[in-house]
Amino acid sequence: MREVNVQDITDAVREMAIDVNLHLSEGLVDDLAKALEREESPLGREIIERIIDNARAARDKQLPACQDTGTAVVMAEIGQDVHLVGGDLTEAINEGVERGYKEGRLRMSIVGDPIRRVNTNTNAPAVVHTFIVPGEGVKISFMAKGSGCENMSRLKMLNPADGEEGILRFIEEAVIEADGRACPPMTLGVGLGGDLEQAALLAKRALFRAPLGAPNPAGHVADLERKILARVNATGVGPMGMGGRVTALAVHVEVAPVHISSLPLALNVDCHAHRHRSVEL
Amino acid sequence: MTPRTTKLTTPLKESDLKTLHTGDMILLSGEVYTARDAGHERMVRLIHEGRKPPFDPKGAVIYYVGPTPPHPGMPVGSCGPTTSSRMDAYLDVVLSTGIKATVGKGCRSPEAYDAMRKHGAVYLAAIGGAGALLSGHVTGAEVVAWEDLGTEALRRLTIKDFPVIVAYDLAGNDIFGEGRRKWARR
Repeated sequence: MREVNVQDITDAVREMAIDVNLHLSEGLVDDLAKALEREESPLGREIIERIIDNARAARDKQLPACQDTGTAVVMAEIGQDVHLVGGDLTEAINEGVERGYKEGRLRMSIVGDPIRRVNTNTNAPAVVHTFIVPGEGVKISFMAKGSGCENMSRLKMLNPADGEEGILRFIEEAVIEADGRACPPMTLGVGLGGDLEQAALLAKRALFRAPLGAPNPAGHVADLERKILARVNATGVGPMGMGGRVTALAVHVEVAPVHISSLPLALNVDCHAHRHRSVEL
Repeated sequence: MTPRTTKLTTPLKESDLKTLHTGDMILLSGEVYTARDAGHERMVRLIHEGRKPPFDPKGAVIYYVGPTPPHPGMPVGSCGPTTSSRMDAYLDVVLSTGIKATVGKGCRSPEAYDAMRKHGAVYLAAIGGAGALLSGHVTGAEVVAWEDLGTEALRRLTIKDFPVIVAYDLAGNDIFGEGRRKWARR
């Protein structure tokens, strides 16, 4: 059985927290440059140009691209033939978050309780999801998830009779209501099927798909992704909600088997600062 | 083609506001006061108690922002706008003090637009997620009150040519609704 020290997980989380916030990926900046070519609204073009300038400014000044350095969302895929040693996995992840956010001069945005609302001043705890997978690998994925867009996310238990049109309409309405508040051009993660919490988790996992805009391997799901993207980009919401052709950069849909009477649909909205990375240990 | 660009300095005068049209780019200089969720809760509580905000509100500008910590020698870190609509519930009370503009991102509620018309105030949108770029337009920062709120403390930021877009003008034009309708494919 392979041993992995959780200290290595702490180090990986610390490094990714700083890196994703200071360095928007080259792929994302390329996608924004392509969006600039498609955008017809003069104000929309101006906004996308400044978003691209901002990515450069963040690298040059070693500042976070966005002041909302996010909730730390960590997906840990642990091989079932791995023995984690050296401490508690969740504590190790949270220590990585604390160190990364402090040493990277990132913003502390987490309150310890939703009712009392006192800041933890560490940005911990992270939202952690663990998955036991075959083999002896360990893959840690990190996302800095902004709340402006997270607040525009939603979930509905549709009826099977609502079908494709029901799915498209629900997402279109959510995007129009989100408007500039979600910082478009957005990336949309969609979870379809399973039950209430599985749909929500699928939507979040969909946001982690790389590269951005890669289609779902299942043809009928990829077809739905294209239809959603076209529908959303026809809303006119545009960059920062001020009108334009480019409202979303990509739509990723993940699906799961579902009860004969259910069609759960979760939409997880991400902003134009789509910040995530993963490492294999 | 770039939008019409004008320069403006705080505190804002009524004559300044009358010249603004939705969609204009403004390069704003002077001072703005930062407040977001927790700061608004405290500011509105003060006003309800018959006291004043801890700064001169006449013609003042509120910036909805919670910056990241600065590097040594810099006034602030990354400092882009947060979602304005979360502060809509407080806006009527805030504008009743003489504050003339708020800076944030995203569309607002009908009640917020009513409050702006009632008090003769405008709404300016900064580019969300452009915090590193906007940081370069902040030349000074000091905590005025509520230091215990950390990033949500009330700060006075000194700004120079800080770029914002007029999102709601005195004539009641709303850039979000109008922009979307103009560019929607039916």
